[in-house]
Amino acid sequence: MIKVENVHKSFGEEKILEGISTVFEKGKTNLIIGQSGSGKTVLLKCLLGLFEPEEGLIYYEDKAIQNMNEEEHRTLREEIGMLFQGGALFDSMTIEENVMFPLRMFSKQKKNEMLERVNEVLARVNLENVNKKYPAEISGGMQKRVSIARAIVNNPKYLFCDEPNSGLDPNTATVIDNLIQEITHEYDITTVVVSHDMNSVMEIGESIVLLKNGKLVWKGTNDDIFKTDNKDVTNFVYSSNLFKKIRDIQLKEG
Amino acid sequence: MKYIKDIGSYVLMLKKVFSSFTKGSVLKELIFKEIDDLILGSLGIVAFISFFVGGVIAIQTALNLDNPLIPKSLIGFATRQSIVLEFAPTFISIIMAGKVGSFITSSIGSMRVTEQIDALEVMGINSLNYLVFPKIIALLFYPFVIAIAMFLGILGGWIAGVYGGFTSSPEFITGLQDSFTPFHLTYAFIKTFVFAFILATVPSWQGYFMKGGALEVGKASTNSFVWTSVLIILSNYIVTQLLLS
Repeated sequence: MIKVENVHKSFGEEKILEGISTVFEKGKTNLIIGQSGSGKTVLLKCLLGLFEPEEGLIYYEDKAIQNMNEEEHRTLREEIGMLFQGGALFDSMTIEENVMFPLRMFSKQKKNEMLERVNEVLARVNLENVNKKYPAEISGGMQKRVSIARAIVNNPKYLFCDEPNSGLDPNTATVIDNLIQEITHEYDITTVVVSHDMNSVMEIGESIVLLKNGKLVWKGTNDDIFKTDNKDVTNFVYSSNLFKKIRDIQLKEG
Repeated sequence: MKYIKDIGSYVLMLKKVFSSFTKGSVLKELIFKEIDDLILGSLGIVAFISFFVGGVIAIQTALNLDNPLIPKSLIGFATRQSIVLEFAPTFISIIMAGKVGSFITSSIGSMRVTEQIDALEVMGINSLNYLVFPKIIALLFYPFVIAIAMFLGILGGWIAGVYGGFTSSPEFITGLQDSFTPFHLTYAFIKTFVFAFILATVPSWQGYFMKGGALEVGKASTNSFVWTSVLIILSNYIVTQLLLS
């Protein structure tokens, strides 16, 4: 569980986050949604400790990240898996080396044990026979899956995903979404996904927060999102013509 | 004001490079990889340039010796002094600022653009130690490159002088041995170490703190070459003033 309490963040004069408070629950895929520039990625980077909020606290279980000592910070980092927007795979390493990287850095396992674990997680994300390839030699969807494999290889307690579907076709995007949700339930971890993709909201939005201009304006589930009267939610949801048409059809059909 | 801020961020970067060390076994591999990329990968171009520039120095010295009272051994003497004191340590370092410096800036800059540095940080790895420290250690071998440049430069001078008919081999060798001051070699290698440190850290700083996309990586590489060269020339002046005057 991750608890965010009254977080404020600015860059110079510009206020990016204003008093964000919410809870990201364990065993659920928690989505942070909102339009571009709403502060989603900044909130994610605050959660990861890459940005320090000017005000407010972020709790991992019952310990605020701001109050952790260096050792606690290091331990927390080892418990975090991250899926970056572009995959962020290391170009100079093979797929196998990329996935093995967190194990090499933090575990004391022998090489054959590490290889076994790498093959296990690569199989979990449905990737085979790519071990010796380089990231540039595989497709964008495969890179995302390798990135998920790297994020989970160390059995993390928290998984963060920044726009996991960007640049992917709808089918591959759904595969990635489902994979994230399956892994969340399977490993019983706290997953936080930043997205502005309505398909992701529908597929995996077990707990959703909507940000607008740096403020949290709505919280609910993917079932609630079509029932709410919140204007910010309806503006966000029906900014897509497809969803507008679906709503019109539903209204016609009563 | 911006320059003061940049110097501050460079110093803070150096402090962080030497803290929170990466796991030893991983670091060892990274150092070997950097030695391969930065040192061994540069030997070809350094050898080529040194050999031919040595030859040109010998020919130009020979062509400027009009007075019959000046001994031909001066060709060997001038070649040695030019190569050992300036060409090998300083000008090879400027060439390396272009080759190695641009490579370091663009590789670290690309990692910044594609969030690979963020990935390291999220994993709890000190990215500066992981990326920059192995380069500093690898460039401790840079004096070997300069030693090879000195040898090949003088060899090029000897071949051009002797086989070009400008001097004889004994005269050239006499010139090489004439008024030899061993401290000049010490001076050359001391400044080589200074240049090696600049070559490892300034391009790393340029790449690590760059912002933007692919275009900015290119700009950072150009800036890296300019600033590394400027610092090499400046430190060359300071070291020379301190050690030789």
